[in-house]
Amino acid sequence: MCLAIPGKIEEFVDRDRHFARADISGVKRQINVDLIKEQGLQEGDWVLIHVGFAMGKISEEQALEQLEALAILGEAAQSRAEAEGYMFEVESE
Amino acid sequence: MKYVDEFRNPELIKKTAEEIKSLVGDSRFRVMEVCGGHTHAIYRFGLEQLLPDGIELIHGPGCPVCILPMDRVDEGLAIARAPDVVLTVYGDMMRVPGYEGSPLEMKAKGLDIRMVYSPLDALKIAGAHPDKSVVFFAIGFETTAPATALTVLQAKEMGLTNFSVFVNHVTVIPPMRAVLDDPDMKIDGFVGPGHVATVIGAGGYEEIARDYKKPVIVSGFEPLDILQSLLMLVKQLKTGEARVENQYDRVVSWDANPTAREVLARVFELREDFEWRGLGSIAASAVKLTEEFKDFDAEVKYATLLARHRSERDGDGSLNRERHDDAPCGKVLKGLMKPHQCALFGRECTPERPVGALMVSSEGSCAAYFNYVGEKNKIG
Repeated sequence: MCLAIPGKIEEFVDRDRHFARADISGVKRQINVDLIKEQGLQEGDWVLIHVGFAMGKISEEQALEQLEALAILGEAAQSRAEAEGYMFEVESE
Repeated sequence: MKYVDEFRNPELIKKTAEEIKSLVGDSRFRVMEVCGGHTHAIYRFGLEQLLPDGIELIHGPGCPVCILPMDRVDEGLAIARAPDVVLTVYGDMMRVPGYEGSPLEMKAKGLDIRMVYSPLDALKIAGAHPDKSVVFFAIGFETTAPATALTVLQAKEMGLTNFSVFVNHVTVIPPMRAVLDDPDMKIDGFVGPGHVATVIGAGGYEEIARDYKKPVIVSGFEPLDILQSLLMLVKQLKTGEARVENQYDRVVSWDANPTAREVLARVFELREDFEWRGLGSIAASAVKLTEEFKDFDAEVKYATLLARHRSERDGDGSLNRERHDDAPCGKVLKGLMKPHQCALFGRECTPERPVGALMVSSEGSCAAYFNYVGEKNKIG
């Protein structure tokens, strides 16, 4: 649970409720971005995701490093399964 | 060294390890890595093999399922037995044993227990099943608490009446203090949890450095991160400094996340105390929902049921806690015993059939030992 999964913000789905669609290792899922709303989040930005919530903005380089670390830790499949498991999608605005 | 060439920057890793070694010299330092994610990474990467004998790593209480008392697991399962309840839990929780079994075993016996990856999934289930009472079994440190808090806020906004949370969120500083206050434990410094710090900020650890004169290095999770953090720590220890340093500043800022701080303060308040497996009761070390959100508090909603469960459990003294209390999980959690020194390790207690929670999660030190430290290559 301490590890976070990197994802790339593709589009904002509901800005008022802070939901965005992210690409997480090829899995497209909605995530909540409320916690980092003050970090000036934009489409194309990379974020670290915990239990469906973006916890921090990171650079693309850091995201790729984190993906590699997850792979070496043997957590890549589990991370993908977590992303695939998010099912709380909200309706688009 | 088995894995080092697979890493990015193998040369830098070797150089950092050499630097740690020469700096440590004849000194001996006991370093606690608080976070279970770090424990997992240290074993998976075989980092102990790169460190000099003078550094002893103690695996701290930073794995949420590992420190959860079995009584709390049973209480969650007692709620799951109530009519029309759907209990939702994180995957890490599924195999955590209570005295009466694990959520997975109870699911096999017919209870409606579902694994979720996010508290928002539990909320979604509640929205889709107005005839069910959906309870989310919330665990975790400051990293996951804001997610639970925001979910409760959403539930309130949506006006849901069939969603509640069994809150087991804990905070990271009080157990660090408890460890330092324990005369059996001699810790020289900490590798601090990185992702907790995305919420509380690296500055959140300052009171440890200030009050106990122990350095804390907030660290990332890659091999080089952990080694660099240890190098920073050893440099401080050698010069007698005790500061918080942020090795993970590419992700963690010094200040707390303002949104997280705001929602946590609104939704949660500190419990007077909370029981930690292995560490005992620690004052102000966990949270519960505030009065404003009591309609979403499973401990309020199921108060009668829980009171009955607790009185049956404690009343006649028939519950046999001995087998489990004999399992020296507490000693392992406090670093007084290495996992493989436990008589149950690898025999009665395995990741498939865990007796103690340290064997359940990949972040538990017993599971890490079991998975990565071979019989012939026992560390410590």
